[in-house]
Amino acid sequence: TGARLQSSKDKVSVNFINRDGEKLKAEGNLGDSLLDVVVHNNLDIDGFGACEGTLACSTCHLIFEEPIYKKLDDITDEEMDMLDLAYGLSETSRLGCQICLKKWMDGMTVEVPSDVADARETKDIDSGS
Amino acid sequence: MVPEYYESSVVDIYEKLPVPFGLVRFGVAPDHPEVKNVINAFTQTAHHDRCSFYGNVTVGKDVSIEELKQAYHALVLTYGAETNRTLDIPGKNLLGVYSARMFVGWYNGLPENKDLNPELSSETAVILGHGNVALDVARILLSPIDVLKKTDIAGHALEAIATSKVKRVLLVGRRGPLQVAFTIKELREMINLPDTRPLLNPSDFMGLKQAVKDLPRPRKRLTELMIKTALEKSSGKEVERQAAATKEWGLQFLRSPLEIIPSNDGKRVAGIRLSVNKMEGLGESAKFVQTGDVEDLECGLVLSSIGYKSYPIDPSVPFDHRLGIIPNNLGRVLHASGLYCSGWVKRGPTGVIVTTMHDGFETAETVLGDVRSGLLDVSASKGGSKVIGALLKQRGIRPVTFPEWEKIDNVEVARGEQAGKPREKLLDVQQMIEVASQ
Ligand SMILES: Cc1cc2nc3c(=O)[nH]c(=O)nc-3n(C[C@H](O)[C@H](O)[C@H](O)COP(=O)(O)OP(=O)(O)OC[C@H]3O[C@@H](n4cnc5c(N)ncnc54)[C@H](O)[C@@H]3O)c2cc1C
Ligand code: FES
Repeated sequence: TGARLQSSKDKVSVNFINRDGEKLKAEGNLGDSLLDVVVHNNLDIDGFGACEGTLACSTCHLIFEEPIYKKLDDITDEEMDMLDLAYGLSETSRLGCQICLKKWMDGMTVEVPSDVADARETKDIDSGS
Repeated sequence: MVPEYYESSVVDIYEKLPVPFGLVRFGVAPDHPEVKNVINAFTQTAHHDRCSFYGNVTVGKDVSIEELKQAYHALVLTYGAETNRTLDIPGKNLLGVYSARMFVGWYNGLPENKDLNPELSSETAVILGHGNVALDVARILLSPIDVLKKTDIAGHALEAIATSKVKRVLLVGRRGPLQVAFTIKELREMINLPDTRPLLNPSDFMGLKQAVKDLPRPRKRLTELMIKTALEKSSGKEVERQAAATKEWGLQFLRSPLEIIPSNDGKRVAGIRLSVNKMEGLGESAKFVQTGDVEDLECGLVLSSIGYKSYPIDPSVPFDHRLGIIPNNLGRVLHASGLYCSGWVKRGPTGVIVTTMHDGFETAETVLGDVRSGLLDVSASKGGSKVIGALLKQRGIRPVTFPEWEKIDNVEVARGEQAGKPREKLLDVQQMIEVASQ
């Protein structure tokens, strides 16, 4: 049981609220990114993590609870650059592939933005000028 | 009944080329392999047992819209934006003038552009446009060859760029710094490009600091990065880096093209004449007006990057020629039951993959909603790919399936391995079909 205790200590549980409002429960290892959690648990979140965590897509956009958001590590320019293109951007948005699990996050809830309505308000980034 | 429909419906994809992935394969720059990771997600979808891919089938030519409508309950048009807004000024046909779309197709191994053989023997290139495609093209022209040779750039392009004389790229836009259409990631990449220095005219950015404060975050951060690059003195290492750079790029604002100036023999580009503009109004919708002043730039290459465009696919499908899209409501084509659209043909050629993805979600929601509400009648049984397959066979068209694309994929990856690249694309449709048939 010692080993089991050890391993469950390194687990962090996270609740995802999917676009349709469904709550998905998942577990990840300390240090895993939230993208890892989605992938390893086979969570059915359409299109999540299209660039596989390389900061090139912003499909891993998640909205955090404010107290959690405030405790997250500082955001890099590169993450901010991609977040600028995300759909349904909020005050507590981050990219899931950049957030790694820490013990204090255990039990937190993150939301996948449901964004069909926002889509049309987002400013287009034209390919011309 | 929706859940049942949802769980039993099949999705067949018809694609003009023998190979899948559209602009992710033929648009996205070769030095952005991270963006192309989305191909893995597409591949997973294609492997779904209710999804099939039929490449080498041109809708509107090999099979008609009417035939597809007969064979399926719903038809979703996602044929993108395959042409470009054309540069309509004197000299546009001179040697050395190309659309960015053709140039991108050339370096990305698009079959129709493989013989472009662009003119790269002069020092200065001018790109018309301030969007991400313009920045992609500038970056490919200026990137160190050692970087490019590790990408899936087409072999012919790699060779040509290795001996290119281009060392200065000027990106010319009609409007000002507050109206640029590129995004910050691409700009930052350009600013940091090895062996290259940015040429930004400080006077274009003076006085912007104040205006920037109230802008929405993306525009604000983008503008601040330009201001910083143009106005702030760089320190230590960066000064050395810029001084040692052998190549440069710049943004020129408030200029629009009037004519391409021919060389003495009248055959090739020697320069471009620009009108000097000024802005009227503020913000994103500000307009430019020509002041009457002109300015000439010497250059041997002109690439117009003024936007991609869709084309009408069939007289039975409504098309908005002004916007270059299929008129639709949340993806439902107006006045054409059973027809839907998504992607660039739905919204116009703007946005990145995440935008296109959300468009897709929206259209899918609409289709399912229409099944639920009865607007889309799914009671009759339809022949689907059986019927279309028979028609294609009669017409001598050989569809390429997803497993067959995977054979092409294997050959491309193997060819790449020999060259130390992730992939060497096949450039010829016939050759692709031969590999598929092996
Ligand atoms: C140069 C360039 C660089 C880009 N770089 C990036 C980037 O770095 N990051 C990013 O997020 N986004 C990028 N984008 C944007 C991204 O590629 C688009 O958002 C996305 O590909 C649009 O998808 P689509 O399905 O609407 O069109 P497409 O990807 O163009 O797909 C349309 C498909 O339809 C096929 N087709 C056309 N006509 C027919 C027909 N009659 N019958 C059958 N098939 C047909 C075409 O062959 C093509 O495969 C870039 C775009 C361009 C042009
Ligand atoms: S997975 Fe693409 S940015 Fe996070």
